[in-house]
Amino acid sequence: MSSDIALQAIDLVKHFSTGSSGVLGRATNIVQAVDGVSFILPVGKTLGIVGESGCGKSTLARLVTRLIDPSSGSVFLDGVDITTLSGKALREMRRKLQIIFQDPYSSLNPRHSIGQIIGDPMRIQGIVTKSNEKKEVQDLMQRVGLNPEHYNRYPHEFSGGQRQRIGIARALSLRPSVIVADEPVSALDVSIQAQILNLLENLQKDLGLSFVFIAHDLSVVRHIADQVAVMYLGKIVEVGDSATVYNSPAHPYTKALLSAVPVANPSLRNSAKRIRLVGDVPSAIDPPSGCRFRTRCWKATDLCEAVEPPLQADATGRVVACHFPEEAPISVG
Amino acid sequence: MSQDVVLSVKNLSVVFHTPDGDVVAVNDVSFDLRRGETLGIVGESGSGKSVTASSILRLNNSNTATTTGSIVVSGVDVLTAQDSEVRRIRGSEVAMIFQDPLSALNPYYTVGKQIAEAYLVHHPRASKADARGVTLDMLKKVGIPSPEKRIDEFPHQFSGGMRQRIVIAIALINNPKVLIADEPTTALDVTVQAQILDLMKNLQSEFNMAIVLITHDLGVIAETALDVLVMYGGRIVEKSTVEALFSEPTHPYAWGLLGAVTSLGTSDRGELVAITGSPPSLISLPAGCSFNPRCSYALEICSAQVPLLRSVGTQGSVTACHLPKDEILTFGRKAASR
Amino acid sequence: MFMFIVRRVFFALVLLLAVSFFTYMLFAMLPSDPAALTCGKNCKPDVIAANRIRLGYDKSLMEQYWLFLKGIFAGRDYGAGAAAFSCGAPSLGYSFGQHECVTTLIAQTFPVTAYLSIGAFVLWMLIGISTGAMAALHKGKWQDRAASIFTSIGVSLPTFYIGLLVLFSVVIWLGILPFPSYESPFENFSTFLRTMILPWLVLAVLSAASYTRLTRNGMLEAMNEDFVRLGVAKGLTTRIVLRRYVMRQALVPIVTIAGLDFAGLLGGAIITESVFSLPGMGKMSIRAVVESDLPVLVGTTMVAAVFIVSANVLVDIAYGYLDPRVRVK
Repeated sequence: MSSDIALQAIDLVKHFSTGSSGVLGRATNIVQAVDGVSFILPVGKTLGIVGESGCGKSTLARLVTRLIDPSSGSVFLDGVDITTLSGKALREMRRKLQIIFQDPYSSLNPRHSIGQIIGDPMRIQGIVTKSNEKKEVQDLMQRVGLNPEHYNRYPHEFSGGQRQRIGIARALSLRPSVIVADEPVSALDVSIQAQILNLLENLQKDLGLSFVFIAHDLSVVRHIADQVAVMYLGKIVEVGDSATVYNSPAHPYTKALLSAVPVANPSLRNSAKRIRLVGDVPSAIDPPSGCRFRTRCWKATDLCEAVEPPLQADATGRVVACHFPEEAPISVG
Repeated sequence: MSQDVVLSVKNLSVVFHTPDGDVVAVNDVSFDLRRGETLGIVGESGSGKSVTASSILRLNNSNTATTTGSIVVSGVDVLTAQDSEVRRIRGSEVAMIFQDPLSALNPYYTVGKQIAEAYLVHHPRASKADARGVTLDMLKKVGIPSPEKRIDEFPHQFSGGMRQRIVIAIALINNPKVLIADEPTTALDVTVQAQILDLMKNLQSEFNMAIVLITHDLGVIAETALDVLVMYGGRIVEKSTVEALFSEPTHPYAWGLLGAVTSLGTSDRGELVAITGSPPSLISLPAGCSFNPRCSYALEICSAQVPLLRSVGTQGSVTACHLPKDEILTFGRKAASR
Repeated sequence: MFMFIVRRVFFALVLLLAVSFFTYMLFAMLPSDPAALTCGKNCKPDVIAANRIRLGYDKSLMEQYWLFLKGIFAGRDYGAGAAAFSCGAPSLGYSFGQHECVTTLIAQTFPVTAYLSIGAFVLWMLIGISTGAMAALHKGKWQDRAASIFTSIGVSLPTFYIGLLVLFSVVIWLGILPFPSYESPFENFSTFLRTMILPWLVLAVLSAASYTRLTRNGMLEAMNEDFVRLGVAKGLTTRIVLRRYVMRQALVPIVTIAGLDFAGLLGGAIITESVFSLPGMGKMSIRAVVESDLPVLVGTTMVAAVFIVSANVLVDIAYGYLDPRVRVK
């Protein structure tokens, strides 16, 4: 595997069973939360993953960081399949692959000072010694825009945006190469969102980090991602360069998703062509046959019901899973 | 006051009494709402936008909050009226929808019962059968498929978007003049948000009602509102038409908001123009203009004196900023063109 | 829903079987020899041996347990010839301490426990929910603080202490009520009432404390719910909002806990019955412990287990009706 790939997922599947089981129990239902997802994250780049609630994006975040084990498939970090690791190798993998959560407060121990929250993992992993711990932690605090003098403060003494900075500092403390950010700015006010997005971009530039950035907010992902993958009901339906996907979406779902985003420009209020999807996302317990989007798609035919469209690349390198993509893949070199 | 004004808020202030001291959540807020119009209120957490909304229906707990000023609906001041008069206004003249449609519905009763209940309380002579008929009509209007079947289901059996449609049905069952929508689409997915915004627009023209739309999302404002109030630290800092807000914003906070918005259109990955610092804590608001510690244009006077709302610009905007008018216009247009 | 109930009942029966087995084995493993306890201190070895055979203690433990189980459904015969006697189904064994079938003993004592439990339960629900509601409606005011003091006292003071204190002050010191001497309500209703009023009150006030807290917190939590605000925004009166929105929500956990508490009480209010000398199941259990009257202990334990397990099933079923979200389709 080439060394410019930071993280690669191959055919990841996660099925959860729900409902009761056992003596006299009803048959269990299988939720196909993630169903055959593959992607490549190049070193130093950001892969955005967008989709609506229930599309499986948060499950995917947990799979690639191995907070949960996949039903099948692999995740490669530095050429090693992390789904097979255990013991010491697993711990080393966890160091290199860090996750940032949506709600920074619930992921911080309220009884630990910021110094402990950031410093403990560094000392345990042997990155710092007792003597230089404080200085390293304060350097890191400075880097993420926290006042180093707040070393001894506790999480509740910080605002939402600052807590997310603490979360980021903690993730960075172990010198990871890949960071998976699961809705890192969704809980924040708009003005704070911008600060955190800027911070993440600067850190990426300075430290050469690679990001998987998961969000439901399409414009946030537009801003930060080099590549974007669109998920629907546990599958990636389209993936490609941000600019390509956003400017000329090929999958009908991507197109509908983008046209649903309110535009912060009142003069465009009535000019933009709107696609309004009807109904709701079907259940992941019993997804539609063939193309999973066909039940809400205005282009769907019998073919879509019978045959699941494979992911196919077009001339731009963008990949789409649709029998009737908006711009048919051009086979010109 | 014009005949068309259906809601008039004057000098509204809300003070919460907390163990840590008094908190001025809303400070001297005034606005008028005309029939059929949509007024947007934008602001971040703690800006006072939601408290303003709940004051209109006198929903603030009178034990812990003191509300002053006046809120006039159909000639009645909600803040001083008798309880029975306020109850008559609630639901029939002014209705409200909330951010999270699941928690806004009573989990213990069917949706049909909850809609009918809202009808019956203002139509005491109507029979239950009448109420059910009206409820079915309303379910159809808000786009619930097979309403005859779903009327007897419970809230948890509906999807998020459908639940918000139910909440809208409850709000509109008595044909109110004013609908207060507090972040009505924030908890919803973007395609569902688009459906709900469309539905609200269609029903607004059908029922000829005015909407107060509270949101933090400038995109939603741009798509729906006619006039906009920008709130910060409990005060209105800018009041303008939606076109003016996006072409000639007049308050540095509004400039910051426009700069901080990520948009689908931007192809470059330049830095967002973030507003530094955090929204102020209401318990210790900065002296003077509460935005001054985060404002890159702040003058000396800004930390000493609260700026009053004054008319600025070419499009009738009103702003609370000490900067000279010509500077406001120059910086504002620059912020809008970014 | 039907399948759900069938399944719950099935598991309840399995559970009861397990309880009966462990209870029987546990008590059988106690060091005392039941046969030796059947007669006084000076009884002769041959009497003991005869009683051992008569009561079945000569058989293996498993066989004894099997006879015990069989007795529940088929009744049980003891001894042979002229000395033979039998305990009809459902037989829970024979008390050698009181020379009576355990089922008969329970049938005599259970009504007392039931009267005590039902009266106390009704009182404590009334007191608990109303003080809790009052505290919630006047949060931070003197009513709330008074309720909170009441709660702390009720939760921290033990029953025997309060019971003896009340008994001493009301009966001995003030002489308002006669010394408790139980009589059946069908024979002498006024004596029954005068005997029961103190235990009812003591039990009710002490148990009400936790319900006060539960009601208060449940209501306050509900009042912060959006759906309650929407109820107010609809224009409903405060009374209707409280009933259909606030109390409806607050009552769900209360019903659950009340069901289990009540069932626990039916198994014998040991301390209260002892303090007020009520001839109920609790007092009988104490006596059985003192006398190592194993069959009585096994019997009362089984009865208590039946109440607790059935209450669990009933609460589960009630929960489905109370909260549509957990209703099984």
